[in-house]
Amino acid sequence: MTSTTAAHAADLVAALLFILSLAGLSQHRTSRAGVVYGIAGMALALVATVVVASRSISAGAVALIVLAMALGGAAGLWRARQVEMTQMPELIAVLHSFVGLAAVLVGWNSYLEVEAHGAAQTAVSGDLLGIHHAEVFIGIFIGAVTFTGSIVAFLKLSARIASRPLVLPGKNALNIGALAAFVGLTVWFTVSPGLGAVIAVTVLALALGWHLVASIGGGDMPVVVSMLNSYSGWAAAAAGFLLDNNLLIVTGALVGSSGAYLSYIMCRAMNRSFLSVIAGGFGIEAAAGGAEEQGEHREIRAEEAARQLAQAKSVVITPGYGMAVAQAQHPVAELTRRLRERGVEVRFGVHPVAGRLPGHMNVLLAEAKVPYDIVLEMDEINDDLAATTVVLVIGANDTVNPAAMDDPASPIAGMPVLRVWEAEQVVVFKRSMASGYAGVQNPLFFRENSAMLFGDAKQSVEDILRALDAEGSGGAAAAVRPVPPVDRAGV
Amino acid sequence: MMSAQDATHHPPRRIGVVAESAAGETRVAATPSTVRGILALGYEVVVESGAGTASGFTDEAYAAAGAGVGDAWAADVVLKVNAPSTAEVARLRDGATLIGLLAPAQRPDLLETLSARPVTALALDAVPRISRAQSMDVLSSMANIAGYRAVIEAAHVFGRFFTGQVTAAGKVPPAKVLVAGAGVAGLAAIGAASSLGAIVRATDPRPEVADQVKSLGGEYLPVQVAQEASTDGYAKATSADYDRAAAALYHEQAQDVDIVITTALIPGRPAPRLLTAEDVAAMRPGSVVVDMAAAQGGNVEGTVAGRTVVTDNGVTLIGYTDLAARLPAQASQLFGTNLVNLLKLLTPGKDGQPVLDFEDVVQRAVTVVRAGEVTWPPPPVAVSAAPAPAATPATPAVVEPARPRLTPAARFGLIGAGMLALFLLIAFAPTQLAQNFTVFALAVVIGYYVIGKVHHALHTPLMSVTNAISGIVVIGALLQIGHGSATVTVLSFVAILLTSVNIFGGFAVTRRMLSMFSSSPERR
Repeated sequence: MTSTTAAHAADLVAALLFILSLAGLSQHRTSRAGVVYGIAGMALALVATVVVASRSISAGAVALIVLAMALGGAAGLWRARQVEMTQMPELIAVLHSFVGLAAVLVGWNSYLEVEAHGAAQTAVSGDLLGIHHAEVFIGIFIGAVTFTGSIVAFLKLSARIASRPLVLPGKNALNIGALAAFVGLTVWFTVSPGLGAVIAVTVLALALGWHLVASIGGGDMPVVVSMLNSYSGWAAAAAGFLLDNNLLIVTGALVGSSGAYLSYIMCRAMNRSFLSVIAGGFGIEAAAGGAEEQGEHREIRAEEAARQLAQAKSVVITPGYGMAVAQAQHPVAELTRRLRERGVEVRFGVHPVAGRLPGHMNVLLAEAKVPYDIVLEMDEINDDLAATTVVLVIGANDTVNPAAMDDPASPIAGMPVLRVWEAEQVVVFKRSMASGYAGVQNPLFFRENSAMLFGDAKQSVEDILRALDAEGSGGAAAAVRPVPPVDRAGV
Repeated sequence: MMSAQDATHHPPRRIGVVAESAAGETRVAATPSTVRGILALGYEVVVESGAGTASGFTDEAYAAAGAGVGDAWAADVVLKVNAPSTAEVARLRDGATLIGLLAPAQRPDLLETLSARPVTALALDAVPRISRAQSMDVLSSMANIAGYRAVIEAAHVFGRFFTGQVTAAGKVPPAKVLVAGAGVAGLAAIGAASSLGAIVRATDPRPEVADQVKSLGGEYLPVQVAQEASTDGYAKATSADYDRAAAALYHEQAQDVDIVITTALIPGRPAPRLLTAEDVAAMRPGSVVVDMAAAQGGNVEGTVAGRTVVTDNGVTLIGYTDLAARLPAQASQLFGTNLVNLLKLLTPGKDGQPVLDFEDVVQRAVTVVRAGEVTWPPPPVAVSAAPAPAATPATPAVVEPARPRLTPAARFGLIGAGMLALFLLIAFAPTQLAQNFTVFALAVVIGYYVIGKVHHALHTPLMSVTNAISGIVVIGALLQIGHGSATVTVLSFVAILLTSVNIFGGFAVTRRMLSMFSSSPERR
C-alpha cells in the first residue's frame, strides 16, 4: 500500500459515507446517524487529501492550509451556533455562494497552472489539453452562476433587496443569449486559450447567475434555494473533471442530482414546470393584476378568536413565512400545548412550499418543540379540513388561496393549496390587507367563514393565550388587553 | 356454457335460522333484513318459530322478508349464534353445515361431538384478522357493541356526570375513565366514554395502538418496558418485567380514576389479572369497574361472571358476560350481516350452492370440521397490516410524468438519442474522460435514488447536509495550493477558507436542527 493507493481507497470510502449520509437524512430515525456519516466522510477525505498534498508542497503551504481551515472552520461553527432558525434560508444561500466562489477560484487556478503557461506547460498531456480547456470553462461558468445566484437569493431572503421579480425586456432572449455566448467563448478558448476569454466567461456567468435569480419572485425562493444547492453540486463535479478527481465527481454529482430531485418534488407541489425553474424566471407572470380588493372582509379580535378556539373540537394551524418573520413559533407552540391540554385536537398543515426553504416550517416548529407527529403535509391534512372547527392561517397567504383552484386566470392557477376555506371557521393572522409574495389578492379573506386578525402574528397569538388564561380562570373581563392597532407594510 | 347450466340445475340449498337455547341469549343469527341478503344469494331460508322474539323480530317480519317458518334444524346450512348442545348437534341432518360461534380452541369436546357426525362446521370466531375478512369478523362487531355497552352500564351505576360542567349550582369535575386493553372493545369503550365527556386513558401492551387511542379522544398510557410488536393483530402474553411495570401503573391509576373498564383477553388462555383486590380497595367509593373478561376468569380480582358485586369500600364490580346481547337488535343485525358476508364468500355463483374452497385462507381458517373430520387448527395467517414500519406517510409518486405530453415513441426516441449522444461522447473521448464520465453518471443516478423517500420535514436538514458535503470542492483548492505562482496560492487560500466555513457551518447547523426534532413525549 502506497500513500497514493491509500488516498484512492480513502476517496472511495468517503464517497460511500456520503451516500450513507444522504440516505440517512431521508428518515427521522436515521437522520442523526446520517450527519455522523457525512462528517466522517468529510474528515476522511480532507485528511487523505492533505496528506497527499503535503508531500509535494512546502511546509509554509501546509501551514497556510491549516490556517485557512482553522479560520474558516471557526467562522462556520460560530455562524451555525448564532443563526436564528428563522434565518436558516439566508445562511444556506450564503453557504451555497461560498461553494460557487470556491469553484470559480479552482477553475482560475487551473487556468493559471496550465493554460497561462501556453505551450510550455507540462501538467496536462497534449491529447487531453482541449478537454482541459473546456473543463476550465465549464467549472468557472457553473461556479460563477451559483455564486451570484446565491448572493441574490441571500439578498432577497434577508430583505436587503426587493423580493419582487426583476423583469427585463426580452429576459428569455437574454438567458439564451448568455448560454450561446458561453458556448461560443468555450469554442474560442479551446482553440486559442487566452486570459481575455477567461475573464469574459467569468463576467458573463456572474451576470447570468444574477439575472436568473433576480427574475424569480421571493415567494418562489424555496425552489431557488434547492436549485442553487443542486448547482453547487454540479460546480463541485465540474471541478472534479478538471482535476481528474473521482471523489469530487462522485460527491458533486450526488449533491447535484439529489438537489435537482428535491427541486423537482417542490415544483410538482407548486404545479410548476421543472425546466422553467431551472431556466429561471417563472415568477414573471405574478406581476399581473388582480391585486384589487374583492369584497368586504370581517375583522376579529383576539378574545373572540380565543373563545372560538376554546370551544373547538379540532383546530388546524397552517403556518407560513409570516410566522417565521414574526418569530411566532414559540407562542404558537404554547397555544398548541394549551389547546391540547384542554382536549382540543390540534394539528398543523404544512404546505410543501411554505416558508423560504423546503421544510422550513418543520424546522421552526421543531425548534419550538411541537411534536412532529401532529405536523402533517398538505396531502395528509387536506381531506380533514372540512371536518375541522377552526383553521388558523398564520402568516400564510398564497398557499391557502382558493383562487388557485377556482380562478383559471389567476397567476397561481393549478398550484395545489391547503383547502382551509372548507373548515367551519378560518382565522387569518395578517399584518394588513396587502397581498402576498405572488402579488395576488386572496379571495379567502372575503369568504363568509373567514375573519381577519390584524397585527403582528406573535403579538396576536400572545393575546389569544392571555384571553384563554382569562377565560380559564373564570374572570373574563380580567387580563384582556386590546390588540394594538398595527398596520405596518406587508411582509 | 352447457355444463355450467347443468350445474345450476341443483335445487337451491335451504338455510335454517334456529332459536338460541343458551340462557340469557337474546341474539339471533339473522334478522329480516339479513334474510333478504341471504335470499339474494339464491338460497331459501327457514326460520324457527320464535327465533327472533328476544331481539324484537317477529315470525311475521321474517315471513314478510321472504323466509319460511318451520323446522330450521333440518336445513342444509344452519345459522346459529352460540355453540350447539350435544342434543342440538344430533338434530343436524347428514351433510349439513353449521355456522356459529364455536370457540374451537376452548371446546375440543364440541369439535369431537361435531366430527362424530357427517357434518361440516364453520366457526365464526376463527375468522382471521386480515383486511379482506373484516366484513365477516363477528368478534369485532360484537366487541364493538360490548365496549359501548360497558360504558353505558358503568354510567348507569356511576352516580355522577361523565362530563365536567360549570353550572350556577357549582362546578362538576369530569369523570376519569381508564380502559385497559385497546382492542376493538377497548377502542369502542374509549370512543363512547370520551364522547360522553369523560377524561379517558387507555393502556395496552402494544405501543402501536397509541394513535388509535388518540384518534378516539383517549390518552395512551405506555408501560415503560420494551415489548415486541404484534404480528397477528391480537395481544400476546406479556413478559414478567412488563407485568411488574403494568401492575404499578394500574395501582397508581386505580387511585385516580372513577371508572375502570378492562378488556384484556389473550386468545385461548384465561384472562390476565390486571387489578388485584388491593387495587380495587384503593379506589374511591362510588367508583365502577366493568370487567369485560369476566367470562374468561376476569381481569379484576373479585368480579363474578354475570353478576354485579359491591365491595366493602363501595366500588361496584360489573361482571356481565352478555354485554353485546344487551343490545339484541343491533347485535343481531351486525352478526347477521357478518354471516351474509361469509355466505357471499361461500357462494361465488350466487346460485344457492355453497362451495367450500380450502385454498382461500378465510374459508380454510373458519372450517373447524369438514364432513366429519376435524380441521382445526388451520395453518397460521399473518396479519397484513400489523408489522408496517412506524415511519412516514406515503411520499408523492414522483416517477410518473407530470403531464403526459410525450408519446411513448417520442420518449423512447429522446432517451435513445440521449444514450447515443453519451455513447459517442465516451467512445471518442480519451480514457481518462471516459472513466470520469462513468463515475459521474453512476453517481448522478445514486443521488437521485438515495433521497427518493425523503420525509418532508427533513428537506431543510437534507439540504444543509448536502450543502456541507458540496464543500468537498475544497479538495480542488487543497491540491492546487503551493503549486505554481503566488497568485494560485492566494486564490487557493481564499477557496479553502470559504469552503471550510461551508463544511463546518453546514454540518454544525444540521446537527443543531436535528436535535430539535422530537415526537410527542407519550410516544417515546
